Amino acid sequence: MTLKNTAQSYGWISIAMHWLMALAIFGLFGLGLYMVELTYYDAWYKGSLDLHKSIGIITFSILLLRLFWRSINIKPAELPAPKWQKMAAHWMHIALYIVMFLLMLTGYLISTAKGKAIPVFGLFSIPALPWTINNQEDISGLIHATLAWSLIVMSALHAFAAIKHQFINKDGALNRMLTPK
Amino acid sequence: MKKQLLTLTLGAATLLSSLTHAADYKIDTEGNHAFINFKIQHLGYSWLTGRFNDFDGTFSYDKDKPEASTINVTINTASIDSNHAERDKHLKGDEFLDVSQFPTSHFVSTKYESTGEDKGILTGKFTLHGVTKTISFPITRIGEGNDPWGGYRAGFEGKTTLKLTDYGIDYNLGPASTHVELELLIEGIRQ
Repeated sequence: MTLKNTAQSYGWISIAMHWLMALAIFGLFGLGLYMVELTYYDAWYKGSLDLHKSIGIITFSILLLRLFWRSINIKPAELPAPKWQKMAAHWMHIALYIVMFLLMLTGYLISTAKGKAIPVFGLFSIPALPWTINNQEDISGLIHATLAWSLIVMSALHAFAAIKHQFINKDGALNRMLTPK
Repeated sequence: MKKQLLTLTLGAATLLSSLTHAADYKIDTEGNHAFINFKIQHLGYSWLTGRFNDFDGTFSYDKDKPEASTINVTINTASIDSNHAERDKHLKGDEFLDVSQFPTSHFVSTKYESTGEDKGILTGKFTLHGVTKTISFPITRIGEGNDPWGGYRAGFEGKTTLKLTDYGIDYNLGPASTHVELELLIEGIRQ
C-alpha cells in the first residue's frame, strides 16, 4: 500500500484526493448551473443550494489538505516532454490550485455576505468572516461564476494533456494518477 | 430716517415671507433617523421584512400650510437588505429589482391633502424597476421641535401597498405574495 508519492508515481492519498475533487468539482459545476435556474416553487429550490454549499465546504477542506500533503511529499519526476510543455504543465497545475481556491473562497463569501454561518449537511457550521463588504454577495457571485467556467475549461485542457501523454506519448501519465507504482 | 424705515419694512417683509414659506428639511439619513422598510408575505404563512439601507431626500413642510408640503426621495435599490445574503442577491438580480439596470427608485410628490391635524394624503410619482406610477397614501406627522443639539426636526410616517406586477416584477412568489407593503419612517432636519 503506497500512501505517499514516489519518484515514479503518485501515492494513494494524492490519487484519492485528486479524483475525489475532480468528481466533486464537476458535480458542483453541474449542480450550480442547474440550481440557479430553479424557481421558488421547485421542490429542490432550497435543497440544491444547501447541498451545493455543503459539498463545496467539504471540497474546500480537501483542497487545503491536498495542498498540505503536496507540500510535505515528493513530486513524481516530470515526464519527458519539450520544455514549453513542461512549463505549461507546471503553470497549469499552479493555476488550477489558485482557481480552485478562489472559486471556493468566493462561494463562501456569497453565503456569508450577511455574516451568517454556512451549515454543512446540518452537522456543523462554518462561521462568516468578522467583516463584510458592500454588495459582497453580488461581487462574489460574479467572480464565482466566472471562475467556475474557467476551472472547467482549464480542467478540460489538463485532462486533454494527460490523455495525450497516455495514448500518444505512451508514457503512462494517466497510470501515475490511477495506481501507485 | 426714511432709509431706516425702508430697511425695517424690507426686514419685516423678509421675515414675513420666511414665515409663510414652508421650511425645507433634509431627511436625516446621516444619523439614520429615517427608514424605508418593506414587508411581504412568505407563502401566506408569515411575514418577511427588510429595508433599503441607502436613500436620500428632502421635504418641505409647514404645519400652518400643509398643502404646500412636498417630498422627494431617491432610493439606491442595491441597498436592499433582508438579512439573508442569497435572498438579497436574488432580489437585486434581474428577476426582481434588476439593480444594474435600475439602480435607483424615486418618489416625487405632486400633491398633499390635509385630512386633519397631523394627517394627510400624499400623492406623487413613484418609480420602481423603471416603471413610474402615481400613488397616493396616508401619512401622519409624528411630531416636530428642537432637538438637543441645536437643530430643528420633524418626523412623519406613511405606509402604502404596491402590487409587484404593476412595476413589471412578475416572478411567481405565490398567491399570498403579490403585494408588498412599503413603510416610510422619516425624520428631517430643518435646513
